[in-house]
Amino acid sequence: MPNDPASGPILEFEKVSLRYGDSWALRDISLTLNPGETRIIFGAAGSGKTTLLKAVIGLVEVNEGRIRLFGQEVTSLQESQRFGLRSGAGVLFQEGGLFDSLSVGENVQYPLLNRQRGDTETSPEDAEKRVREALRFVELEQTFDKFPAEISGGMRRRVGIARAIVTEPPLVLYDSPTAGLDPITANLIMALVAKERDVRNSASLIVTHRYQDGEIMSDFRYDPEREELLHLNGAADARKRDRTKFIVMKEGQIVFFGTRQDLEKSTDEYVKRFVRHEENHAQ
Amino acid sequence: MLDFLKTLVASFQDFLFLAGRSFKNLVRRPHYYDDVFLQMDIIGVGSLPIVALTGGFSGMIIALQMARALNTYGASSQVSSIVTLTLVRELGPVLTALLVAGRNASGIASELGSMKVTEQIDAMRALGTDPVQKLVTPRLTATALMLPCLTVVADAIGLFGAYLIAVPLLHLIDSGAYWSMSWRSLVMNDLAQGLIKPFIFGMIIALVGCYYGLRTTGGTQGVGHATTQAVVAASIWIFFVALLMDKIFVGL
Repeated sequence: MPNDPASGPILEFEKVSLRYGDSWALRDISLTLNPGETRIIFGAAGSGKTTLLKAVIGLVEVNEGRIRLFGQEVTSLQESQRFGLRSGAGVLFQEGGLFDSLSVGENVQYPLLNRQRGDTETSPEDAEKRVREALRFVELEQTFDKFPAEISGGMRRRVGIARAIVTEPPLVLYDSPTAGLDPITANLIMALVAKERDVRNSASLIVTHRYQDGEIMSDFRYDPEREELLHLNGAADARKRDRTKFIVMKEGQIVFFGTRQDLEKSTDEYVKRFVRHEENHAQ
Repeated sequence: MLDFLKTLVASFQDFLFLAGRSFKNLVRRPHYYDDVFLQMDIIGVGSLPIVALTGGFSGMIIALQMARALNTYGASSQVSSIVTLTLVRELGPVLTALLVAGRNASGIASELGSMKVTEQIDAMRALGTDPVQKLVTPRLTATALMLPCLTVVADAIGLFGAYLIAVPLLHLIDSGAYWSMSWRSLVMNDLAQGLIKPFIFGMIIALVGCYYGLRTTGGTQGVGHATTQAVVAASIWIFFVALLMDKIFVGL
């Protein structure tokens, strides 16, 4: 059962390595994530970003090192013992990962009714109320009875976010939340991700290719009164900006870890690609 | 050659692990009864028309073929016993299982394969649900329970089909004698193999379909490949297990 997230780090990686045949998917990865913190993970295709996310909740078996999630060691648990622990983390998959034979409402309701943890049973009435709240959060309450095939890619991604946060998890993992979306929809998705972090102080791990996604998480906060994102300014907001750190991965290794300012100052040719790439896009 | 054998043994080992976990889940909570009933409807009720049609035609064909052969020995009145024993012991269970394998092992493999390649299986695991418990165990239970029922239906319609050929069409035997000889020709051993075989075949069909579905890789092409493999493997296993069981039952 997950510990109280306020009592310590939500997630800890300690020298974690994973090999697929001769190549390293993850190599000597160490990181810590506390409540309310965000890690933006950049890296070339095949650099181990998605594997890292999957390792967090034990979807892949690592060869070396230890992973602690909510104070429990994922790496020492058997598959059947991990299901309860996984219920404590929300996950958004690259393509949404929605069940295409279930309606949008049923998809979002799924984690509430199918969790394999005896202490969190939800009545169907309460579940529907919470589903509608989650769909309202992503501004898609009207799609409750539609099927995933009947809505757009961006909407599917937003439904995926609703499903990831409906159980109010202390940690949310986002795998390329904006991949393949137009800039307007991508910014809307990231605004929802920032809103989720700031409304509930949840921790987030975000794998992305877009530099702007990191910028939004690092430089903006959600204002619940004005219901919009506000730019973080001045020294008073410095602590809030520091909650977001950037990770750059290369061939399974972390080759950069730091703030956005550190990232922009980096002289490493590989690391610079992830900053300049987006600048070129913006031109 | 050695690599090929290694792959084969490793696949069989994975299959046994999957089967073991599915059986273990039968006594582990949570139980997804809604999914079991849904699958019973899809596999059982959905397969009923094709199974009934095939059963009926099989009975008719056996009666026609046997009538000619038995006529040679002047034993055409034995047509009812022969059709009954052939259908109940062997053809009913095997034909029904092959039809259900073609229809449902492929259906299960393509459904689970599509879920695998679109990350729905990973999503299920990430959301705290055991895919074996949610997807495999209900299909295993439903197929194992429905296949014996379908076989009984196929046998009954097959016997009726044979009756139509033997009694009103060829006048080989009168109606009362047909049904009476048919009933008297059966012993407990025949009924046991007629019901135990489809029960085992049902488990094979569901597990093979789920196994190939859950190990699908390579997008939509992979789904097609998994579907074909599931039908071929399930059919071969059905014949192999039928042979083994015949050896056991004939030895009784």
